[in-house]
Amino acid sequence: MALKRQHLIDPEVCIRCNTCEETCPIDAVTHNEDNYVVDPDICNYCMDCISPCPTGAIDSWRMVKAAYGIEEQFEWDELPEEAEYTDEELAEASGDAANDAGGVRSGSDPDEVDEILQRARAGQGGKAVPPPSAAHPYINVYTRDAPAVARVVGNYRITESQAGSDIHHVVLDFGSQAFPVLEGQSIGIIPPGEDARGRPHHVRLYSVASPRDGERPNHNNVALTVKREITEADGQRFPGVASNYICDLQKGDEVKVTGPFGNTFLMPNHPEANIIMVCTGTGSAPFRAMTERRRRRMADAPGKLMLFFGARTPQELPYFGPLRKLPERFIDINLAFSRVPEQPREYVQDRMRLRSTDVAALLPDENTYLYICGLKGMEDGVKEALEAICSEHGLDWTVLASTMRESGRFHVETY
Amino acid sequence: MQQINYDELIPNNVNLSGDRRLQRALEKWHPGYIDWWMSMGPDGFQASQVYLRTAVSVDPKGWANFGFVKMPDYRWGIFLAPAEEGRTVGFGRHKGEPAWQEVPGEYRAPLRRLISIQGDTEPASVEQQRHLGKTAPSLYDMRNLFQVNVEEGRHLWAMVYLLHAYFGRDGREEAEALLQRRSGDEDKPRVLGAFNEDTPHWLAFFMFTFFTDRDGKFQLESLAQSGFDPLSRTCRFMLTEEAHHMFVGESGVMRVVQRTVDAMNEAGITDPHDVNRIREMGVIDLPTIQKYMNFHFSVSADLFGSEMSTNAANAYTMGLKGRYKEEKIDDDHQLHDSVYPVLKLVDGEFRWVEEPALNALNARLRDDYVKDCAAGVKRWNKVIEKAGIEFTLEIPHIAFNRQMGQFSDVHATPKGDILDDAAWEQRKDEWLPSSDDETYVHSLMKAVTEPGEYAGWIAAPKVAIDSKPGDFEFVRIAS
Ligand SMILES: [Fe+2]
Ligand SMILES: [Fe+2]
Repeated sequence: MALKRQHLIDPEVCIRCNTCEETCPIDAVTHNEDNYVVDPDICNYCMDCISPCPTGAIDSWRMVKAAYGIEEQFEWDELPEEAEYTDEELAEASGDAANDAGGVRSGSDPDEVDEILQRARAGQGGKAVPPPSAAHPYINVYTRDAPAVARVVGNYRITESQAGSDIHHVVLDFGSQAFPVLEGQSIGIIPPGEDARGRPHHVRLYSVASPRDGERPNHNNVALTVKREITEADGQRFPGVASNYICDLQKGDEVKVTGPFGNTFLMPNHPEANIIMVCTGTGSAPFRAMTERRRRRMADAPGKLMLFFGARTPQELPYFGPLRKLPERFIDINLAFSRVPEQPREYVQDRMRLRSTDVAALLPDENTYLYICGLKGMEDGVKEALEAICSEHGLDWTVLASTMRESGRFHVETY
Repeated sequence: MQQINYDELIPNNVNLSGDRRLQRALEKWHPGYIDWWMSMGPDGFQASQVYLRTAVSVDPKGWANFGFVKMPDYRWGIFLAPAEEGRTVGFGRHKGEPAWQEVPGEYRAPLRRLISIQGDTEPASVEQQRHLGKTAPSLYDMRNLFQVNVEEGRHLWAMVYLLHAYFGRDGREEAEALLQRRSGDEDKPRVLGAFNEDTPHWLAFFMFTFFTDRDGKFQLESLAQSGFDPLSRTCRFMLTEEAHHMFVGESGVMRVVQRTVDAMNEAGITDPHDVNRIREMGVIDLPTIQKYMNFHFSVSADLFGSEMSTNAANAYTMGLKGRYKEEKIDDDHQLHDSVYPVLKLVDGEFRWVEEPALNALNARLRDDYVKDCAAGVKRWNKVIEKAGIEFTLEIPHIAFNRQMGQFSDVHATPKGDILDDAAWEQRKDEWLPSSDDETYVHSLMKAVTEPGEYAGWIAAPKVAIDSKPGDFEFVRIAS
């Protein structure tokens, strides 16, 4: 039976203020003495009730085979556990969604996307395969002709206002459309309108920054990390079309989304896996997603997480605050800053060299997965550091790189 | 003088720019309001950036706009819920007549009185809470406090708008007086007793928002029934904000309870009355929480006035103030011959006595209020039950610790046993916060200003607001 996303109210958080019942234009919300509930036979996902709710209790969702009736919901002290679904069931759900949207699900990314991904992965030095324990990715469920329509539910700047780079954390909600996306995958965003020559804009890919169960657990939403691009030439400023479009989105705006895309840059699912993540700037997005997945699902996994993360200054490092809060035993964080006044410039590769022994100990381990994501410019420095680290410890990076790549343990995406 | 564009400054749906007279009146009132806010509003933090919700319109999408704003720059708007086409007076002598868009001449005085009493409570609570920012248990809680404060400020605006727009010179004078009275001031106190009590710490604040703001909710609910349409629409919109205040109280106390039972379980303490050991862990023991409930419930119950009231009966008959959920009650909505059971002390015993319903309106509203409180307390008890601790928080007997109404001259225990004066004096510390309790609770009040961190006596919220992560920096203090 097809899965459906059901709108519920969290009885532990709700204070029975009646606002949702008052707001609902079609009387889908009702209550008894204990609980306020949403009638699945009436609710049409118009979302009018979401923002007036003072508690956030209204913003609760479950994927279900059969909807919970209101009588059942009246009895709840808390929301039921989220059920685990098999790949087949989720596939069916996304297949339904794709069919509903009139799209086709195929085994490969569309050409325009494939080109982008090819370029991004050039630094890998060969064709990558996904980690054997990775979950099965769905790709191309939504296409340019039949995109998903997401609604912006959050958009705010995460770099400090004085910082030079303006990076936004954007949360998109897919409503009742199934959008199965894994950590490391990208989604496509098509800015509305046409370019100067009257052609539709190119699709832009953004790696999701949230884990597969949503930016908020059990929410059908994804987070993106988007930097506002402005190039300057001849004293003029040229704002990037897509990034400025996204950074300027207002809450409630609708956005056309394609994808998901990418079937190799995925995280291993087994708890023994060590994950080494190397990134700069918004290249951190997939690693935020992977880290959060591990934190939610297996915070005590024996596998190690090691992060090398570079930015110009701490103020420009996206998610700097939240990162600092992760306990050391969960993740080994190494930050490099290249433009802190009165301090020597430091890049991710410098930090990697400082941790040479630990990196070298992990690399040959067949449970170790290495990911690099960020600007093209970081590639050479990181490669040199890996070569140096290997030779210091009697390893050959060139050989190791291809072994790792062929076993799904080495992945690069740089732009 | 600085030019302010009031049409822009005051988001509104009352066509402010189209009413020059009203606009001028509000322009005159505004500087005094800002003075009041700066001197009697939150102590400190006026330059901090606070992540606040601002209403910019009354549709579901428009009234929850989140963003960083300095409190003095908050856009205190004037909003009326959308007009209901063909609305009629729902009760009293004028039942069925079209609702009034202007004040009926003969009801001017009582209506103005109702509005200014409601208006007086709004700034009062801001004054009562002005020192709390300095001891906030987290940035999230600090933000919630300031949200409540700016919205109470907006509620004052809402009442002042009505006074200015519909009551001429008397209204303007009344609006001015609202800025002159001060909570707890000996010479010019706020009108109602509970609004002259200090809110000394965060446990009191949560109790206040749960019990005392809830009185506000019930007053607004009954004014939302009013035949005077602008008052009804104003109150209906205020209720959406009031819901947030209830939330701060209900979830605040719930998180205190959660932290206490968690700490008890971590330490292996099963006896909730093992107060010393529980306090050693820096959390608030359940019996003390019960005492604060007793206090705040009884003080708030006084706000409903005397159970039997001819003023209330008159306001009902005139169509000015209705009953809670009037439209859902199945009767004649005029209360000609109906009766209502009122709990009374008869020959030293509590007994339900049937009284004319029209005279018992205050009692009825208070009974509805008590039911609403009980539903929240039930949630707190779920937390205790889930933790496996044997303890039940209870709303005290309605005769306990009352200063108003028919129980004001008897003493009763929270269970409802009558006591003489001597016994009350001797035992009241068992039921009301003692000075030792106050000292202990005060000792816990230390500011926690690191994003995502919470004082040791309160649990983190299950979800933060506006889908923000728990470690979001809800208040940028030093900006
Ligand atoms: Fe209020
Ligand atoms: Fe309030």
